[in-house]
Amino acid sequence: MTPFDYSRAGDVAEALRLGGAAQAKFLGGGTNLVDLMRETIERPAALVDITRLPADIAEREGGGLLIGAAVRNTALAEHPAVRRRYPVLSRAILAGASAQIRNMATVGGNLLQRTRCPYFYDDAGSRCNKRNPGQGCDAIDGFNRNHAILGASEACVATHPSDMCVALAALDAVVHVEGGHGKRQMPFGELHRLPGDRPDQETTLQPGELITVIELPSQSIAARSTYRKVRDRSSYAFALVSVAAALKLDGGKVKDVRLALGGVAHKPWRALKAEQALRGGEATAEAFRAAAEAEFTDAAPLRDNAFKIELAKRTITAVLAELAGDAR
Amino acid sequence: MTADRTAAPAAAIRINGVDYPVPADPRVSLLDLLRETLNLHGTKKGCNQGACGACTVLVDGERIVSCLSLAVQHAGRSVTTIEGLASEAGLHPLQQAFIEHDGFQCGYCTPGQICSAIGMASELQRGVPSHVTPDLAADHIAPTHDEIRERMSGNLCRCGAHNGIIAAIRGTYAEAAE
Ligand SMILES: Cc1cc2nc3c(=O)[nH]c(=O)nc-3n(C[C@H](O)[C@H](O)[C@H](O)COP(=O)(O)OP(=O)(O)OC[C@H]3O[C@@H](n4cnc5c(N)ncnc54)[C@H](O)[C@@H]3O)c2cc1C
Ligand code: SF4
Ligand code: FES
Ligand code: FES
Repeated sequence: MTPFDYSRAGDVAEALRLGGAAQAKFLGGGTNLVDLMRETIERPAALVDITRLPADIAEREGGGLLIGAAVRNTALAEHPAVRRRYPVLSRAILAGASAQIRNMATVGGNLLQRTRCPYFYDDAGSRCNKRNPGQGCDAIDGFNRNHAILGASEACVATHPSDMCVALAALDAVVHVEGGHGKRQMPFGELHRLPGDRPDQETTLQPGELITVIELPSQSIAARSTYRKVRDRSSYAFALVSVAAALKLDGGKVKDVRLALGGVAHKPWRALKAEQALRGGEATAEAFRAAAEAEFTDAAPLRDNAFKIELAKRTITAVLAELAGDAR
Repeated sequence: MTADRTAAPAAAIRINGVDYPVPADPRVSLLDLLRETLNLHGTKKGCNQGACGACTVLVDGERIVSCLSLAVQHAGRSVTTIEGLASEAGLHPLQQAFIEHDGFQCGYCTPGQICSAIGMASELQRGVPSHVTPDLAADHIAPTHDEIRERMSGNLCRCGAHNGIIAAIRGTYAEAAE
């Protein structure tokens, strides 16, 4: 690990001041950052510990929730309002990592964990455009069973590893950010970037910007929502494919729907094409399958991961059927 | 084990009831502080990447992996390791149960398993759901075999003693709850 200065912020103003230093990084639970620092893939000159910033989950006026960025993943998953009103979010968090890691990981850190693949870690042995921009990508023609099928580029085919973020994408979360130039808010879908020719830039945040709050708008549709994660073993593994969904029916028709996918792209993937195909249509297995097909018309499989396309379609269809069954 | 009555001083890390200075080098992980500086070798290093659970300890009663945690982050906190569980009166009930249920072979994963299970028991008691909990809204979650299996999946055992481990945990907590 490269040497660094450590400091602990007591409030947001102090975090911003300390985090404004050159090559500084915020430190949440450290479950991603410390690991990458140990491999010298990340080499910050300073760490600003933000785990002692206020970590509240507050009711937002007019419904909805305001979640402090320092809230631990476990605390969010177990919160009664989340369990009742946003079950997809509890389920997604509980499907990720291990209990120990969820106890450490913060909400902000979960959002900003690196999009990565095994070659990204292999500094000595392989080329990676994310680690060393312009170097090339050994995954594109290598072992790429777990890589992206949507939205990838010639430069990078890695997938975003977070489960929680897939639920937040489906729930139309809003990210509150503070930096040297003041406060701003953005829709969750604008936080993460697709790789394009700059896979080293994963988010639209500026250096020194701090995520302060994740806002969940009030949404009655979210009460009937769930998350399904398909992986190589039944616990403690990253997703091959995952689906976050919420469904509202009106008679036999789809009144409204939210659908997001994990394990398929460089960012949490909101399945807008499928949503559009579903809205107002029949709530039948055939219609669910057709919507899933619509989402994947542009899918681009690599050597080893074509199976993910069919897997994702089947998982979407099954999850929607489960929610529709529940609704009747 | 007796709970600490007072908080640890802000500049120290309390480990098994004794206050130690925070290391001067912030690169030192909590795991390396325990093993290399304090010679508390009960906590084990398996992967050093958060993946195996061998380094699990309790911080203010919550289970974490000490390998991915910088020691400086724990200033003012209270850490319990496997060395802190037994008392004058004898082994912690879960340690005894691991012996009775053959909850280990080589023993390398055992300190992490035991600390993890203690953290798990308090999570279950306060109603934290898991990936396999059928009803998220339930106030009470029964410590079934499946629940314990899922909740302990962050602790690997190369010897495959998992059935004994789960039996030991159920023997200690589930039967007490039933
Ligand atoms: C073995 C293992 C298995 C895992 N399995 C899964 C899995 O199955 N599913 C899953 O979803 N995840 C998984 N994870 C990833 C885990 O969820 C993340 O590592 C964790 O959520 C990161 O949170 P943290 O607080 O520890 O972040 P840190 O490591 O502290 O920080 C990550 C990044 O976020 C930045 N940051 C943190 N907070 C803020 C903020 N408020 N504002 C601005 N920047 C900030 C940091 O500077 C850093 O760049 C796994 C991790 C491990 C080690
Ligand atoms: S897929 Fe992305 S992260 Fe993986 S080696 Fe290629 S550039 Fe690096
Ligand atoms: S040594 Fe910490 S999880 Fe493996
Ligand atoms: S007893 Fe040997 S690793 Fe678990």
